[in-house]
Amino acid sequence: MNNRKLLLEHLEVPGIEGIDVYVKHGGYNTLEKALKKMSPEEVVEEVKKSGLRGRGGAGFPTGMKWSFLAKPEGIPRYLVCNADESEPGTFKDRFLMEKIPHLLVEAMVLSSYALGANTSYIYIRGEYMYLLEILEKAIQEAYAKGFLGKNIMGSGFDHDLVVTPGGGAYICGEETALLESLEGKRGNPRIKPPFPAVKGLWGCPTVVNNVETIAAVVSIVRDGGEAYAAIGIGKSTGTKLISACGNLVRPGVYEIELGMTVEEFIYGDDYCRGIANGKKLKACVPGGSSVPILPHYLVTKTAAGEDRLMTYESLADGGFKTGSMLGSGGFIVFDEDQCIVRNTWNFTRFYAHESCGQCSPCREGTGWMEKVLHRLETGKGQLHDIDLLADINKKIEGNTICPLGDAAAWPVAAAIHHFREEFEWHVTHPEEAQTRNYGLIQQPVVA
Amino acid sequence: MSHTTQPIRTTEPVNFSEALLGKMDRAIQQFPEGKQKSAILTLLHLAQAELGWISVPTMDKIAEILHIQAIEVYEVATFYTMFHLEPVGKYVFEVCRTGPCMLVGSDQLIEHIGQRLNIGVGETTEDGLFTLKTAECLGGCGYGPLLQCRHRFHEHLTPEKVDALIEQYRQGTIEPGAL
Ligand SMILES: Cc1cc2nc3c(=O)[nH]c(=O)nc-3n(C[C@H](O)[C@H](O)[C@H](O)COP(=O)(O)O)c2cc1C
Ligand code: SF4
Repeated sequence: MNNRKLLLEHLEVPGIEGIDVYVKHGGYNTLEKALKKMSPEEVVEEVKKSGLRGRGGAGFPTGMKWSFLAKPEGIPRYLVCNADESEPGTFKDRFLMEKIPHLLVEAMVLSSYALGANTSYIYIRGEYMYLLEILEKAIQEAYAKGFLGKNIMGSGFDHDLVVTPGGGAYICGEETALLESLEGKRGNPRIKPPFPAVKGLWGCPTVVNNVETIAAVVSIVRDGGEAYAAIGIGKSTGTKLISACGNLVRPGVYEIELGMTVEEFIYGDDYCRGIANGKKLKACVPGGSSVPILPHYLVTKTAAGEDRLMTYESLADGGFKTGSMLGSGGFIVFDEDQCIVRNTWNFTRFYAHESCGQCSPCREGTGWMEKVLHRLETGKGQLHDIDLLADINKKIEGNTICPLGDAAAWPVAAAIHHFREEFEWHVTHPEEAQTRNYGLIQQPVVA
Repeated sequence: MSHTTQPIRTTEPVNFSEALLGKMDRAIQQFPEGKQKSAILTLLHLAQAELGWISVPTMDKIAEILHIQAIEVYEVATFYTMFHLEPVGKYVFEVCRTGPCMLVGSDQLIEHIGQRLNIGVGETTEDGLFTLKTAECLGGCGYGPLLQCRHRFHEHLTPEKVDALIEQYRQGTIEPGAL
């Protein structure tokens, strides 16, 4: 497969993080083209045609999101870039911002032009403080060259771009929590509606998009939405950054054309090169910790025996019973020596730690699940604990202000669904479970 | 040792250097008139980088600078995990313990560091140099196990690398990664 690179095209160019080299390789040409030859509506139209879907996890069509932005007279609008990247398994935005910071800067100005925003913000997680400094440098360079500021390239369009840090809170990746945080408050998600498109930052219409989503707009406007849509399969268009981690020979960030097989991604020479240390694949969480885990026999093939593809649709094939999700592209691979119970407990501990505490089902439920899973993991659990988990799960699901509750509940449900025999083994063999891992699942669960 | 649940000691003034105040001022200027509160997290980060931790008088001073109520700073500082609300060692090792790092050995790494420094998680060495903390996903999942110290990532760690790292910090040869 001829794998085109749109985001990381110039990754290997020495000095691409500086503005001169970036410009030499066509940088800011697309911004110039848009400002001089296109109306904001035409830019939005190209994004719609491209079929680009949000890369932050939910996969919502970006063009549609942009067209929902309210445009009342005399009220500023904002574009906010979500660089909070905290979903376990996800480290792609960091890679992009570190290697090619000007791509994001150009994309922010370009997207802001389309949305009619004269100020935009990049909210970056506090743990990426070194990246904030890289971005600030890029922003200063862009101001100096007239790509930011007043009357950019004589177009009459003014734009200011500010980058500001979070303080260590996964929940601030949720867009309304992010806006609260950007306003200088605790990161408590807001009740929706109103949606940010109507009332966002400081009560003004706001679009929140992921780093990678915004960065993709540059190549979409450069080559045209149709060219972008020609890459990929069906509603999974264009390229996607996948951050691969866990027990792989070659973990890292890869830009793939949507539609390649999972098999090639895990085992291919150009990608992860298989499972580390000659071990066997046990399971995979293909889209960040919030998506359902797949047992080895459902990773490269769907339940119907078809090749599993790296697309929104194929990864979700089979629904919660035998499928998962592309999510944020955080691709986590487990080898045969890993313990699913321990991992499920670990992830649940993460959600319990990160719950903002506003909703009782999430605040209490994640804590209970963490305790019950810890009990199971340490050989002190009972068989009915497994059903208790399912029960807590049901009480969280759908009963909370933001999707963190669901994100905590679903992976537990999926782990129990596929790996129930391993959970039960922890109860029936409590001592053995402390000394060795269960290994590969014996009995494939039939949907 | 001061503690977050202790009464506020506003009488004990805290000193921000001119350089720190200048940086804070620039951060505030980035936001529109009347929206200065948006700079609060930056101010807390800057204060912590200079003073090592966030005390109640520090929060009070930030409130004063931003023209907001002290409680607005307290509630923010206590929400976000990056702020140390108690004195910590000069070098705080925050070791990621979440799933992807666990798959590649973060549990063993945490144990190893604890043994080397002779402290448990959350504790500080007697010489006040090191504090060991665990952190949830730091965004380096493909490069684990890893830790962060003064905004610098240390990745692909092994027991040997960590031992060398501790030595380098002791010698003071590693600069902060930012701020
Ligand atoms: C708990 C939670 C955490 C999230 N974390 C992130 C994140 O770190 N980065 C991100 O881009 N989106 C994150 N999202 C999704 C955002 O709410 C939002 O949908 C996204 O920023 C929209 O951008 P997109 O349409 O470009 O994907 C998170 C959502 C939830 C519920
Ligand atoms: S679901 Fe959890 S994280 Fe989301 S608002 Fe409710 S308590 Fe907070």
